[in-house]
Amino acid sequence: MKIVIVGGGMGGTILGNNLARRLHHELRTGKVRITMLSASDRHMYQPGLLYVAVGSMMPDELYRDQAGLLEPGIVFHVDPVENFMLDKRQVKTKSGAVHDYDVLVIATGSRAVMDSIPGLAENAETFYTEESAVRMLKRLRGFQGGRVVITVGVPHKCPMAPLEITFMLHDFFKERGIGDKVQLHYTYPIGRVHSLENVAKWAAPEFDRLGITYETLFNMKEVDGKTKTLTSEEGSSCKFDLLIAIPAHKGMEVVEKNGLGQNGWIPTNRTRLNMEGQENVFVLGDTTNLPISKAGSTAHFEAEALGENIAAMVKVGSPVRDYDGKVFCFIEAGKDRATYAMFNYTTPPDPKAPTRAVHWFKVAYNKLYWASARGLL
Amino acid sequence: MAEKRKIDARGSFCPGPLMELIAGIKAANVGDELEVLSTDRGSAADIPEWIKKVGHELLTTTEENGVWHITVRKTK
Repeated sequence: MKIVIVGGGMGGTILGNNLARRLHHELRTGKVRITMLSASDRHMYQPGLLYVAVGSMMPDELYRDQAGLLEPGIVFHVDPVENFMLDKRQVKTKSGAVHDYDVLVIATGSRAVMDSIPGLAENAETFYTEESAVRMLKRLRGFQGGRVVITVGVPHKCPMAPLEITFMLHDFFKERGIGDKVQLHYTYPIGRVHSLENVAKWAAPEFDRLGITYETLFNMKEVDGKTKTLTSEEGSSCKFDLLIAIPAHKGMEVVEKNGLGQNGWIPTNRTRLNMEGQENVFVLGDTTNLPISKAGSTAHFEAEALGENIAAMVKVGSPVRDYDGKVFCFIEAGKDRATYAMFNYTTPPDPKAPTRAVHWFKVAYNKLYWASARGLL
Repeated sequence: MAEKRKIDARGSFCPGPLMELIAGIKAANVGDELEVLSTDRGSAADIPEWIKKVGHELLTTTEENGVWHITVRKTK
């Protein structure tokens, strides 16, 4: 059986390693072949970009050599897929190589799209790439005071990022000794400060306590750099001296170019994780159109369920479990306290008060991630 | 030509039905109809509130076996 994984991010890597362990015997005897096709020879720990933006992690801490993360037996090519020929059960790569598959997994991820809002790219800082996170850090270091507006596009990767960067900015400026010269103003697309109701119930009083103002039902429409004004689809506007954006995201262009899904999101079965209408094509992580968080933990838990199922399909000809929508997100509540939210399709989260212990566990996880990617944690 | 699209946001706590609708509306064309399926009781209130504030058109809101079906038309 030929298994082809397209994408070497969190979902694809965890799945590949999970499968290689479960199918160790089948790989050794040649009954199964696992091929990973990726656009990069490096693997980035994307959640670390938040810390780069406030200077508590350096960019080089976020990378590992992709080949070194993979179990022996996985055939790895830095050769991104450009054409999906699902009717022929083949994919064609940038180099022109054609790979046949029996099972295809698409885990190509998502990308921030700053140019979806007029004026945003020219006037806002963000942290979803290494380059932008470093630029944001320099801007924050040089900022001498004024009104900082945090604004949020839809959909976006890492649902906790808007809250986390706001709390982290509060502590960043306080630590720099200019907290009294900075007014933080948070905007959010729906009618409370976070999509998770229980998280919003915790965060709004925290904002009040810290003097952070906020406006809800605020969806970015355009940014005027001359007057330093951000306006919303809802008709309101706010002035800023420094604009921090959590921009809207799209799936990768290759998905849309191949007609697999609007805006790069592939219609996906919520429990079996197969592409709608395709029994042997599966989708992981940000690439799905599922109504759940675009977060690393989502990709992680999906990959574990899918690994178990694909291995079972090889061994007994049938999947064995459903993905239940499980997501786990840490929530940094400043520079030294954190909490977390865990939920699935049927059970909402119930976050506890932030503690130093959870923050330090998150700091530890920033290193332990590499064990997760290898499928050891 | 206007399209009808369905957004299945059942069991969505995060990003949630309204956020799914906002993303869907951004991707839609003027005149398109979007039907949101939600198991969140709050959607019956917060989706119409946002639709009214932004100026799109609320077409129907019904509830069937614990699932709310809310249909809106993108008007601008």
